[in-house]
Amino acid sequence: MTEQGVYKDPTSGEYPEYLIDMLKELTMADGVSGDEKPVRDFIIDQIRDRVDSWHVDNMGNLIAFKKGTGLNRKVMLAAHMDEVGLLITGINENGLLKFKAVGGIETRALVGKRVRIGKERVPGVIGCKPIHLQDAAERKSPVKKSGLTIDIGAKDREQAEQSVAVGDTAVFAYDPVEFGEHKFMAKALDDRVGCVLLMELLKNRYPFDLYGCFTVQEEIGLKGAKAASFAVSPDTAIVLEGTTCYDLTGTSEHMMSTRLGDGPALTVMDRSVISDRGLYKFITQTAEEQGIPWQVKRTISGGTDAGRIQVSGTGVRVCTIAVPCRYIHTPVSVMDKRDFFHALKLAEATLAGLNNWLRETYQNQSGGESNV
Amino acid sequence: MFDTIKKLVNAFGPSGCEKQVAEVITQMIKDKVDEIYTDAMGNLIAVKKGSGKKIMLAAHMDEIGLIVSYIDEKGFLRFGTVGGVSPLIALGQRVVFENGTTGVVWYEENLENMKDAKPDKMYIDIAAKSRDEAMKMVNVGDMAVFAGEPVEQNGRVISKALDDRVGCAILAELAMKRPETDNEIYYVFTTQEEVGLRGARTAAFGIMPDLALAIDVTRTGDTPSCTHRPVVLGEGPAVKVKDSSVIAHPRIRDRLVDCAKENGIPYQLEVLERGGTDAGSIHITAGGIPTGAVSIPSRFIHCPAEMIDLNDAENTVRLLEAFVKAR
Repeated sequence: MTEQGVYKDPTSGEYPEYLIDMLKELTMADGVSGDEKPVRDFIIDQIRDRVDSWHVDNMGNLIAFKKGTGLNRKVMLAAHMDEVGLLITGINENGLLKFKAVGGIETRALVGKRVRIGKERVPGVIGCKPIHLQDAAERKSPVKKSGLTIDIGAKDREQAEQSVAVGDTAVFAYDPVEFGEHKFMAKALDDRVGCVLLMELLKNRYPFDLYGCFTVQEEIGLKGAKAASFAVSPDTAIVLEGTTCYDLTGTSEHMMSTRLGDGPALTVMDRSVISDRGLYKFITQTAEEQGIPWQVKRTISGGTDAGRIQVSGTGVRVCTIAVPCRYIHTPVSVMDKRDFFHALKLAEATLAGLNNWLRETYQNQSGGESNV
Repeated sequence: MFDTIKKLVNAFGPSGCEKQVAEVITQMIKDKVDEIYTDAMGNLIAVKKGSGKKIMLAAHMDEIGLIVSYIDEKGFLRFGTVGGVSPLIALGQRVVFENGTTGVVWYEENLENMKDAKPDKMYIDIAAKSRDEAMKMVNVGDMAVFAGEPVEQNGRVISKALDDRVGCAILAELAMKRPETDNEIYYVFTTQEEVGLRGARTAAFGIMPDLALAIDVTRTGDTPSCTHRPVVLGEGPAVKVKDSSVIAHPRIRDRLVDCAKENGIPYQLEVLERGGTDAGSIHITAGGIPTGAVSIPSRFIHCPAEMIDLNDAENTVRLLEAFVKAR
């Protein structure tokens, strides 16, 4: 274990364990889109003493502020608090719960999984017909979401209604585990990794004004970030994310969106955004200068809060730094702890040098004044 | 007009990389406008000052393209598409990067069905012998566009990127004419239209115009056995009624029609079933902006060889001039 905030090259396997502990706690908090309060409360407790002010807006975004020491520019860091999960839509006569997915979850990933529901964290399991009883056609055809229910052990509807209600949200109930070669598995790594990075980055003070935005409802359409960025109206924004990683046998190299262990991933383009060329270049140069491994996300897929922030107001220069996570949007995702720490290193180094980049960039951009 | 178009289509400018186009336009018009600047999204905004209405005219600078997503050990480039690029149309085409590197698009030949020729089964060959050699020429994240010189033939132009450099050319020509009016005119050359009408949104927010027009190409219905569409190449600028991104503000639509009639400018009405323009993001900016659009009829949109009629382009300049002068 190293001293807080000081650590050596993560490649060696030496990194601050308290950050992993923080990540464990945060992934254990439940926050399906629209229901992020437990996550937000946890974060507020952690950061309240390290920021100048904070508030929660009408949508539930947590916006923390740190005044800059000189440069009159606003930088927004964003990480979303919400995770994909389930919404209880009905209770059957027999006490089983009907549900809908919140955010992109593949039906095949649901069968046989443990969940917990609502504030009281009522345990349940998503059941299905035993293989013994399935006929040949059923075995071959994919499961339909409409055929799945959550079993909370209630004997009938009346009993079920005593512990859950329609409208409650449910998350996957899996505890985080450190395992294998620097690996870490947990639910909701997308985007609790970003939340922990952002909480850590709020420890420092920068020349520019810093807005740390923990956003809501990213998984159902980048909604919180739209409101947060409109209110903050930043000049530049960096989004901290957990991104897809598919580096397993049978995938051609060019279809691997990212590779675990190759360092934080930068996005040039996805379905929501084309990153600001200048900011992207600055971050990659920073990584090269600091000897921090990094990779480019290879597929034009998915979207992040960056897509909404960029087109907010008169436009914002954006880029995304993401931790590759295998199996995201399933009950358990896997990351490499070194990627996580390298992402922190890269974000820290980027913010440390951002002052100069902002000066140069906004000197060349007249921003409303004539340059004829 | 052809010379202006030629300069513009020859500039390199896929979505997010519109700088070269912005520079060409700046050189053309900077002496004819009162103010010219770019915003955070890269939109180029030129202003003719005035005390009357604030009118925003928008044409997008970006063109569709390909983006390098991976370079394999033999030096072949894998790519994704930037905007609506049909893989089948890209097949066998010459593409060019900003630094001049030329490549050819081909597919994995063991495909059983050409319908499976999606970008992930295709690649760009830049004549590199290895990854190392390729990486001296291009990087992951670099973009390429269709190659090809513009041609004028029978008063029509065949070229890549007429969508929407012809719109940019029309606005540039109009700016150079300096129409006499009290109205304040914003010539806005937008970015990232092809990936979701993104630049126009922030430009409109920054300007907050009283009214706006998007100038872009539209598809025609005049080629052999094609989908029925009302617009015909060469029969005048098309006044947009609707597309899938916007219903043109009726008063702006009517004003355009009146301007055309009063000045003897041929025009057509456009109803486009599928497709959007910058008008789609401008009209729902802030408290709402009355917005319409004038479209230049165009064949083979999003192909390496698009076609427009120069009369339509020139008549669009006339129509816009009449429109911005109207009180």
